[in-house]
Formats: sequence, C-alpha cells, structure tokens
Amino acid sequence: MTEQLLSVRDPLLSVRDLRVSYQVGRNFVHAVDGASFDVPRGSITGLVGESGCGKTTVARALTRVIAENATISGGQIMFDGKDLAKIPEKEMNALRWRDIAFVPQSAMNSLDPVYTVEYQLGEVLRRRGGMNRKRAGARSEVLFEMVGIDRGRLSDYPHQFSGGMRQRVAIALALALDPKLIIADEPVTALDVIVQRQILDQLKELQTRLGISVILVTHDISVVAYICDRTVVMYAGKVAESGTMHQTLTAPSHPYSMGLRNAFPDLQGAASGILTPIEGAPPNLANPPAGCRFKPRCPFALDICGSEPPVIDVAPGHPVLCHRASESASLRIEAAKTETWMGKVGMNQMETARA
Amino acid sequence: MNIATKKSDVLVSVHDAKLHYPVGGAFAAMRGKSTVVKAVDGVSFDIRRGESVGLLGESGCGKTSMGRLLLKLEDITGGSIHFDGEELSKVQRKELKNFRSKAQLIFQNPFDAINPRFSIRATLSEPLENAGIPKSEREDRIIKALELVKLPEPAQFLDRYPHQLSGGQLQRVVMARALILQPEFVVADEPVSMLDVSVRAGVLNVFRDVRDRLGLTAIYISHDLALVRYVCERTIVMYLGRIMEDGPTEDIVHDPLHPYTKALVAAVPVPNPDQSHDPLPIGRGAPDPRNPPSGCVFRDRCPAAHARCAAEVPQPRPVGSRLVACHLF
Repeated sequence: MTEQLLSVRDPLLSVRDLRVSYQVGRNFVHAVDGASFDVPRGSITGLVGESGCGKTTVARALTRVIAENATISGGQIMFDGKDLAKIPEKEMNALRWRDIAFVPQSAMNSLDPVYTVEYQLGEVLRRRGGMNRKRAGARSEVLFEMVGIDRGRLSDYPHQFSGGMRQRVAIALALALDPKLIIADEPVTALDVIVQRQILDQLKELQTRLGISVILVTHDISVVAYICDRTVVMYAGKVAESGTMHQTLTAPSHPYSMGLRNAFPDLQGAASGILTPIEGAPPNLANPPAGCRFKPRCPFALDICGSEPPVIDVAPGHPVLCHRASESASLRIEAAKTETWMGKVGMNQMETARA
Repeated sequence: MNIATKKSDVLVSVHDAKLHYPVGGAFAAMRGKSTVVKAVDGVSFDIRRGESVGLLGESGCGKTSMGRLLLKLEDITGGSIHFDGEELSKVQRKELKNFRSKAQLIFQNPFDAINPRFSIRATLSEPLENAGIPKSEREDRIIKALELVKLPEPAQFLDRYPHQLSGGQLQRVVMARALILQPEFVVADEPVSMLDVSVRAGVLNVFRDVRDRLGLTAIYISHDLALVRYVCERTIVMYLGRIMEDGPTEDIVHDPLHPYTKALVAAVPVPNPDQSHDPLPIGRGAPDPRNPPSGCVFRDRCPAAHARCAAEVPQPRPVGSRLVACHLF
C-alpha cells in the first residue's frame, strides 16, 4: 500500500517555486525562496528543518494565513485544480476548515480560554459547516470520540485539559468539517515522550481511517521516521531534498540532511555513539550567501558551490538541491564520521549567527 | 561549614525527601478536598562525587522539584538532604552564599534565564561580584569560563546582548554563568529542550566535556531517555513524586524492569525508519498529582497491576544492579 501512494502521480497538493517574503523596514526577507514539492493523497508528509528555515512559513502560506507584513510573491500552490496562491480571498476562505485545516504549534494558543471547548467546536460546525445546534452537538461528540476524549469533557474549558488533551482537542477542531488536508505545525514538540507517542499514533490512525493527507511540520527526524511517508527537508527558505521517508532517511543525499541525521541521539544505537552537531546557524535570510545557502556550514563545499546549485534527481522522485548530489553515496560515508564536521565553521559561525 | 575530617565518597545524600505544595486554599480545605500536591514524596538516593545522574520522567513527576530541593531553592517538607556532609535545611542564610557557589543550576530556557538588558559581560560579572571576586580578576575569569564552554573568540561576545546571540551560543553563556564560580555540583534542567536539534548535539558535547574536565557531579533532568543516556551513566526514573527505578543507564535502556520505565523506553522515537515499534504498554490519561492512586502511584496506568498494588506502596528493592519499586520484583 505504501509503495502505491509514494509514486506521486496525482498529488493532492503540488507546490511549485513558492516564494514568500516578509517586509522588515525597507528590506525584504525571503523566508521561502522557490520551494517545490508534492503532497500525495492519503499520506503523511514531514516538512523538516531547523528554526528559521521557512517550514512554518510554507505551512502557513498553504492556507494563506500569513503575517501582515508577509506576501506570497510568486509560485503556484495547486490544490484540487485551483491555484491557492491566486484565487480570491473569498474563495480561499471557503476552503479553510472544509478542505484544508490547520493545527497550530501550541494548542493552548489556538483555543480561546474563555469559551468551553464545545462552544468552540460548535462555532466552527455552525458557522463554517452550516450545521444547526443539534447536528453540531452530535458531530462534536463524534469528534471527541475520534480523538479519544470522553464526551463528558465537551463542556470543559481549555485550561482544564492537560497539554496532550488540548492537542487532541486541536486535532478534533481540525477534523470538524472533514478536510482533505491537515497541516499540523509541530503538534507534539512541547509534549512528553509518552503523550507525544500517543498523539502521533492517534494522528496516524485517523489519517489512515479517513484517507486524508497530513503535512507535519517538525524539526525532529525521529518523528518523521515514526509516522511519515514522505519527507521534505527545508534549509534557508529552499527545499534541500525531498523524497520518500525511506529515501531521505536511509539515503540522505543533501549534506544538510546527512548532518541532521548525525545530530540525533538514537536510543537503539550504540552507547558509544557521539552526536555531531552542524556547527553554525542558518543564514540571515535578509542577506543570504550567494550560491548554495548551506555552503558556510557544509564540509563538502567546493568553489562551484558559490554558484546557484542545480536540482538533481538522485533517484526517481528524489530531487536534491546540491552541486555534488551525484556523489551523494560517497559523501554519505564521509558524513557519518565525526571528524568530517569538526572545525568546519570556526570563523563563519560568527557571521551566520542569527542577528 | 564544618571542616570535614575525611572527604566522603558521597557528595549528595537524599533521605526520604518530601516536598508538598499546598493547593486550593482555605475553601478547598473547608470542602474537604485534598490540599497538598506531593511533588516529591519520600525519595532517597545518594550521588557519589563525580557521578552524573539523570532524573527521568514526565511533566509533573517531580523531577524539577527534586532538582530544586537539591539546590535548596525550595524548603524541604520532610526528610533530609545532605550536601558534602552538611544538612541543607540547617544551612543558615549567611552560609547560603557559600553553598550557592558550590551548587549551581543550568536553566532550561536560555532566552528566559538571561536578562535581555544585560550584556554578556554584565551577565557573567554578577556572580563574581556576589562572590566578592575583585574587579581586576573578573574579566579574566569570564574569558576562561567562555572558553570552557567552547565559545570561539570569547572576547568579542563580552559587549553583545542576548538577542545578538543564537540559542546555542546563549545556552553556552548560561552554562558559563553556572560554572564561573567553579561549583562541585550542577543541576541541569532540560538544558537543550529549547534548542534546535542541530545545535543540541554541540551543547550536549560541551556539557559532557566540561563535566569530565572539571570532575563535576551532575544531575541532568529530562523526559527524554535518549538525551539522558548521552550524558549520564546512571538514571533515576520518577513518577508522581516517587522513584520507580534507579540504576545504570545502559541497563535501563536495554532491559527496563519497572512497567513505567518500559513505557518510557518504548515511547522514545528513533531516527531509524526500519525500527519496529510495539504498542505503548501504558494506560491513557495523565496522572493527577492532587489525587494519586492508593498503593503504587502508577497502578491505574500499569498493564501489570494486581490487587496488592492498590493495597501496599511498593518499596524500592535491589534487583541486580538496580533498585526497583514494584511488586513484580
């Protein structure tokens, strides 16, 4: 079944050359600078990267809920035959909740503390879904059952729920009108490991049962390994690499993805394993380095990396934005060694530190 | 402090420590509702000099409260904690300064732990000033501390402000501040949870390196066993204010004994797509610290609970290299 959905023939969502910029004073910060990827039907796609690499901006741009000083300055977001980057706001608004729903990073912030959870669910169901009070009430009970909360707790206020429960409520809200796509921004980041696992299991179960697609924004590749079918690795506003979860995690082909893999502790791995950080920080996007943006931190950078890197398919459906993508198999061997990453940055670290 | 005749092998000794917080106030008391949360409830362990111990558990298990008790940031409700032979509750205010220079806290969130209006120089001068280090020596000590935490070219950071530093750099400054008075003992409370994974590894490596070089005794508080394993040779698992299991980290990772530890180990996601996952061996529902179950506090989520678990509080018992508080053992 997985093999089937991984050939992206008829994607639910297809993003091409997406650009989003923030105006800061007189400058423009190109937070997303030409991102392209597909989201297959009935799958979970992980959008991975460090803070400040543009993954949340991409997620928000897909629903066009972006900051006031941000604009979608180019590209296409094809969803169900419509270009979400271009359709009028009224049409976009009709799609939100019904077709695309958003689970924000902190569930506490997405729920209004002065209304009961039932009221907030009801509001979406009545105003967005056109249901009457009775149907909305019945649907709320179904939704609570789906996310595994006792229906008796519908009349509780957000503060009466634990962090994990609140995240379940946020998922129930997103599912309210049967959307085709759910975008979840770091849904488990603030949670304990056990609760995290329970929420991920629930999300996976619902995604499979309802046949919907999920975009999961996360910085944690263990979460990607646990639950995702596809991976989109972002770095400094660009897609560094995308492919099936297996391709990107077992054969990472962009040096950044290789570095991320080294930085993760593996509970099942050898005890003597040393974690290797990627020194430095993502570049300031108001003034990104010329050519490959990972160059200042990359242990494999050559002179050619000062020019714009090409997108190379290392395998079908596995595009990589790197001059040396064709050598990825041998680079991977080098990247697994700690000394490869040591002392690369030094001086550069100062310049690239986020101001 | 008394002059110890002979330095004992044990630096910190915790005996039946309790920390109870009153909650709900007078009205709840009148209605007969429980008015204390037992954040730490009868915890005992020793930490040897130079040992690194992980305190592992979910939010609300009492691990942070335990850490604060060890640093005398909270007044103990019952039991005792000895630091270097001295009972903490008997340390007088005047002597507290001396204790503080020996035992330090590394905070969780570097963005909150440092005053945004203080330059890095001012941030690091403050503890030196409090300890009465003369002005002429301070700059030198600050540079040395920043070198210790591997901030390259530390001099150029002195006049910067926190917002000009990245999270990883800032967490190193937080570490430098904790280490600048050369403590013997540090408590690190989830020191990398606010950092990006790519910089986490660097901060953890610095922590390991500094600990080994200074021979520090350390407590590392976290809910993530993968992180604890990276820095601690021994792990204490807590649940609702009590110790469930205490032993060598590798044994706990590979063969968890207590049912709660089993769940914690199973829940840690692994960055390997081929790893199979068993269903979580734990019941739903967050523990309510105001109303813990009778007997074993874990029994309402435990897949192996039986009649005895409700009746009798399991005491920690030695099982091989470990202590386990469970009636199954």
